[in-house]
Parts: sequence; C-alpha cells; structure tokens
Amino acid sequence: MHAFAERFSTNGAAAELRRAKEILGEDDDVSDVMWGSSGGFGSLVNGVPKFAVPSVPDPTSFLRMHTDDHADPSCRIKIKHGTTTLAFRFKGGVIVAVDSRATAGSYVASGTVKKVIEINPYLLGTMAGGAADCQYWETYLGIQCRLHELRNRERISVAAASKYLSNLVYSYKGMGLSMGTMICGWDKTGPAIFYVDSDGTRLKGDLFSVGSGSTFAYGVLDQGYRWDLTDEEAQELGRRSIYAAGHRDAFSGNTINLYHVKEDGWKFIGNYDISEMHYNGPGGADGYGYDVRVQGRTSANPPPEAAAAQA
Amino acid sequence: MDVSFAITGKGYVIVAADTTAARSIVKMKTDEDKIKVLSPHLLMAYSGEPGDTVQFAEFVERNIRLYHIRNPHGLRPQSAASWIRRTLADSLRSRRPYSVNLLLGGYDTSEHAPHLYWMDYLGTMVEVPFAAHGYGAYFALGLLDRYHDPEGSLEDGLATLRRCIDEVAKRLVVAPGQYKVKVVDKDGVREIAL
Repeated sequence: MHAFAERFSTNGAAAELRRAKEILGEDDDVSDVMWGSSGGFGSLVNGVPKFAVPSVPDPTSFLRMHTDDHADPSCRIKIKHGTTTLAFRFKGGVIVAVDSRATAGSYVASGTVKKVIEINPYLLGTMAGGAADCQYWETYLGIQCRLHELRNRERISVAAASKYLSNLVYSYKGMGLSMGTMICGWDKTGPAIFYVDSDGTRLKGDLFSVGSGSTFAYGVLDQGYRWDLTDEEAQELGRRSIYAAGHRDAFSGNTINLYHVKEDGWKFIGNYDISEMHYNGPGGADGYGYDVRVQGRTSANPPPEAAAAQA
Repeated sequence: MDVSFAITGKGYVIVAADTTAARSIVKMKTDEDKIKVLSPHLLMAYSGEPGDTVQFAEFVERNIRLYHIRNPHGLRPQSAASWIRRTLADSLRSRRPYSVNLLLGGYDTSEHAPHLYWMDYLGTMVEVPFAAHGYGAYFALGLLDRYHDPEGSLEDGLATLRRCIDEVAKRLVVAPGQYKVKVVDKDGVREIAL
C-alpha cells in the first residue's frame, strides 16, 4: 500500500525523482517486475523510442523542400548519397565489399568512409543511401542485438536482427528516411544475407548489390558468381566487382573495404585503393583496368605479307 | 511492375504471381513468393508498394490464424474476403494507408465451390471468375474473356494460365521471368510447377 501511495504522491523522494526525470526527458520508468521477468524486457517496455518530427502537416515534403538538390541545387541540406555495396553468400561464408566515397551533390565529401558497420563479431551491416540514417540506425540495431543476447542468453539470428531493422524503418515510412542496407552474418542456420531498405522491403537472398554503382557491380558479380567459389576466388570477385563500380560510377570510388564472414565471425580482409587496383591489381602484377588488362593485344588482322613487311 | 493472375475452374482456383522483387530498374531477387497460404483452403496473392505488401500480408495471415485458433471453424472465403476488404478500407482512411492490391482465391468446403475475389488498395472488392493485377492485366483480361472456361479441368485452367503468361512475355516490355503457381481445391492448397 505504501508503494502504491508513493507512486501518486506529489512530494517525497519518489515524486522528486519523477520530476527530475521529466525535466531530463529520461525514458519511461522501468519497474522492478521487468528485471525479474525471464521473458525479458521485450514485452514490457514501449517498443522503439520515437523521434520528434517537424511539427508541420507533412514532414516529408518539409524535409524534401530543404534537401532535394535535383530540383534546387542551392538547397540548405545536402544529404550524402551515392555508393556501391555488395554482399554474397557462397560455400565458404559471406563476402561483404564496399567502396569508401561519400558525395554531397557533386562534391566528394570524403574518400575514407567506413560503409561496413560492425554490429557485433558475427553481424555486419552495409551502408547505402543517407549516411547518417544508416550509421545511426545500424548502431542502434547493434545495441538492440546486444540486449537480445543479454535477455535470451543467445545470439540474435540474422533473420531476427534484419526484421527488427525493417520493422523499425517501416514505422518511419514516408518520413524521409533513406537507407539501403544488407545485414550479413552467421547464425545457427549458417551464413545469411538480408536486404533491408527504407521502403520497408526485406529480402533474404544469396547475392545483393546496393547503391548508385550497383548495376556495374552486378555485371561483374553475376557473371563470376558460383556457389562453390574458393575463399580466394570469392574475395577476388567481391573486390573486382566494387572496382568495376568505382571505375564507372562517379559517385563511387576511392578505396574498397573487404570483409569475409565465416563460422567464427567476420574478419576484415583489407582496404584496397581503386586506382592501385586499376593499374597494378591486388598482387601488384595484373591490373583490373581494361587498358591494363588488354595491353599489347590488338584486333587488327593484317594479311600475312603485310605482317611480315611490318616485322 | 508485379504481375499476378487467378483463374477459377471446375472445383478449383489457380493463383499465379511473378517471383521478381525489383527496386528501380534492378531485380533484387528472382524467387520471391508473393502468394500467402492464409488457411488450408485460402490463398492470397499480393502486390503493390514495397514494404506495405509483406507487412499487410503477414498481418492478414496472423489474424486469420488467430481466428482459426479462437473458433471451432475457420473463416469461409467469403467472410475472409469481407474482413480483408474492411481492413483495407479502414487503412485507406488512416494517416498512412497500406497500398496493396490482392487476389484472394479460396475453396468453400461447405458449399463445394471455388471463390475468387479481386481487391485493390482502395478497398474495391468484386467476386470474379478470373482476375489479374499489374500490367499483365492489360494483356490477360481480353485473352481470358475469350478463352476462360468456368467448367474447365485443372489442365485446361493451367493451359489458359500458360496463355496469359506467354502473352505477357511476348508483349510486355518489362515482363517478369518466372511465376509461382498455387492451386486450391477440395484437397487444400498445393504448389504447381508450370
């Protein structure tokens, strides 16, 4: 009875604490019952925390008014867009490869962006679309995955983690979020990739590429992909595909970041300069560039006497 | 870009939907199942706004399942269609409606008859002998008016479906590659390889 009265009293320590929380804008009360619940917090707390959205009738068009640089190049906010990311599953695990360029409009804002977000030692997320949206929400996803682990004494599956993210972005649908991401990892079911975007689409698959350069990457990836690729072949395919996009797509480039997920978690394979790949290749011997690759070869087909005269 | 067809015949409904999931001009996946099995005698093909489609279909799936758990008898196709239509209509009048188009095919085991409902995101519902959604509808409906037989055997129905798919492949610029085909009849639901 005492505790009950305290909850509604206007003075005393409990009320003081309540008031402080109100001022600080802290999260809702977490009652003692929740700590004891073996089912965890999941069913008791109020879902996903909410963002304040602009207090205008249509937040989306409000945001677009200030960010749409196609219609208005002088807009105040330029969102960082343009990327190539890819991930594929094969017998040796999952390969994740991304470029590292960030552009704001036609300006190359950075050439050293980390577009693979390390959610935990078994989960990777890729970043395409709004850099801030991806970075924030995938970090947030990492927090939730860790909490899942603590509550359930078990690592979260890739399917569950990706569904958490897709439900989250779906709840913000139409409010201007922009992300295209692949959640990759290894769980009880083996290697897995899920594509999640800000439309709320969530797809399970073996091979995805996302971003402005994805069409170029697909071209190389689809043609070279087999399930029984060796680890080295798979890493080479991932690297070669991002190179193709970095070379052809103005909004992708600079360097390649390559990851390999196996049963014991992900491993960072390396960072490769795209220009370096163009001229010298990963081994330093054979460049990926067309001119480099076909150097000394010609389609000229002179008759034998002309060839002899030339020699 | 989604294409879906449904055809009724003697004691069955065939429901077919393409299996591509596309974003912009890129096919992201070529084996996506866009036909949900809602109950032992009920199928639903869905298409429309990415994200909304799966969310809405799973919502319907779980509610129908809940009804089956709570009640001794499942919903008949007529009642299920009615509930789904109302859900869509309520959604249309909410702050953010689901933009989902549906084909609902079911077999009523008590009156031994197949039922097919065409539904769009505006909450329009009509019971029809054959139906189509997406660009495929422009090519298939005329063809179905000409070739559909309400008393056709399953083989006839599948042959008619084949005609629709071939016609779309022949004339539609952005024709999808593969289709998933499911049938519901007195024995329940099963998938058929074309």
